[in-house]
Amino acid sequence: MASMRDIKRRKGSIQSTQQITKAMKLVSTVKLQRAKQRAEQSKAYFNCMYETVTSMLARTGGLNHPYLKAGESEKKAIIVITSNRGLAGGYNSNVVKLITKGDFKKEDLEIYAIGKKGKDTLQRYGYHIMEENSDIIEEPSYVDAMAIGRKLLDAYAAGEIGEIYLAYTGFKNTVVHEPKLLKLLPVEAAENADTSQETGSKAMMNFEPEDDEALDMIIPKYVTSLIYGGLVEACASENGARMQAMDSATSNAEEMIDHLSLMYNRARQGSITQELTEIIAGANAIS
Amino acid sequence: MADDNRNFTLKIITPDRVFYEEEVSMVEFNTVEGEVGIYKNHLPMTMIIAPGILTITRGDEVREAALHAGFTEVLPDKVTILAEIIEWPSEIDVARAKEAKTRAEERIKEHAPGTDLNRAELALKRAVARIETVRD
Repeated sequence: MASMRDIKRRKGSIQSTQQITKAMKLVSTVKLQRAKQRAEQSKAYFNCMYETVTSMLARTGGLNHPYLKAGESEKKAIIVITSNRGLAGGYNSNVVKLITKGDFKKEDLEIYAIGKKGKDTLQRYGYHIMEENSDIIEEPSYVDAMAIGRKLLDAYAAGEIGEIYLAYTGFKNTVVHEPKLLKLLPVEAAENADTSQETGSKAMMNFEPEDDEALDMIIPKYVTSLIYGGLVEACASENGARMQAMDSATSNAEEMIDHLSLMYNRARQGSITQELTEIIAGANAIS
Repeated sequence: MADDNRNFTLKIITPDRVFYEEEVSMVEFNTVEGEVGIYKNHLPMTMIIAPGILTITRGDEVREAALHAGFTEVLPDKVTILAEIIEWPSEIDVARAKEAKTRAEERIKEHAPGTDLNRAELALKRAVARIETVRD
């Protein structure tokens, strides 16, 4: 049995760890509130954007637009959104798994990393990191999303990459986050299968300028908005995941402290009993 | 009554927030095809926005904002503007806009190799729109 002093020291160290995890949980709770609000506020924009783009694509279905068919290049660009800091449970590794376990060829991939953790892991696995923009995950802004979107679209237009994907963690609610892999370009026609149910007002929509040109201008905005949406959701998910991880760490620490307290008290009692026995035995020996 | 019937819903959404949502009688802005003004019962249409001033008329009240990019969906009784960047005059930093204007003008004048002319022109338009919004 460990000595009383050892147990006490161990308990002390767990207690201070618990204090840290508790504080981190509080911090991420506050951050989560803010990120959640943000994600909700931006939802209106994306829903509207999505509707417009799908209704447009439904009309221009047969169009042979470069944004609608796969580029010739084998290269695939993936934007990987992870966090800059750890201690968020499986948050980062789940996103990385999407890529390592997915059916991509390592040589074909070009990683545009947002978030240090994902970048480090993928780099260790030998993936080709094209770019790293890890600062923007702290405070996602639309301008950042625009900059990344423009870069990727330029590369796509120049034929350097054939497909663009976005790997991020979707935020369903505070406890449910799911890693998602989204194909940004080419825009897939399959997702517009249900557009036949579109309301009449949408069906007779006119476009100014004409379809082809409008597509040229709207698709980049669509891609940007998806990137921004990914950033905002990932930010909320990160804090949600961290909150959960820290919550369970705190309760685990609580459990360990309880157990150690019990051990400590037993050891204390044991030592008192032993001392008493020794005194009594000593007194008996004298008399 | 007649007055009420002339109003339609204008909704301006940015990625960060719902910028404006109100019953209005007219809205004007720039599109890539030119300036447009929209009343109620307009033909359903989707238009791409060019940098310029957005004017909202609501009864006797007129409000302006600098609208830089996005697109708009017009329905007979509802207009939705998906704005990537939009600002009320109070949110505009005039000094910065003027700086951006001179910078963009220089870039266009010099036309050094490697400069993206389209981008410089867009930047110039944005700066001009900002400055004009504040001046009015």
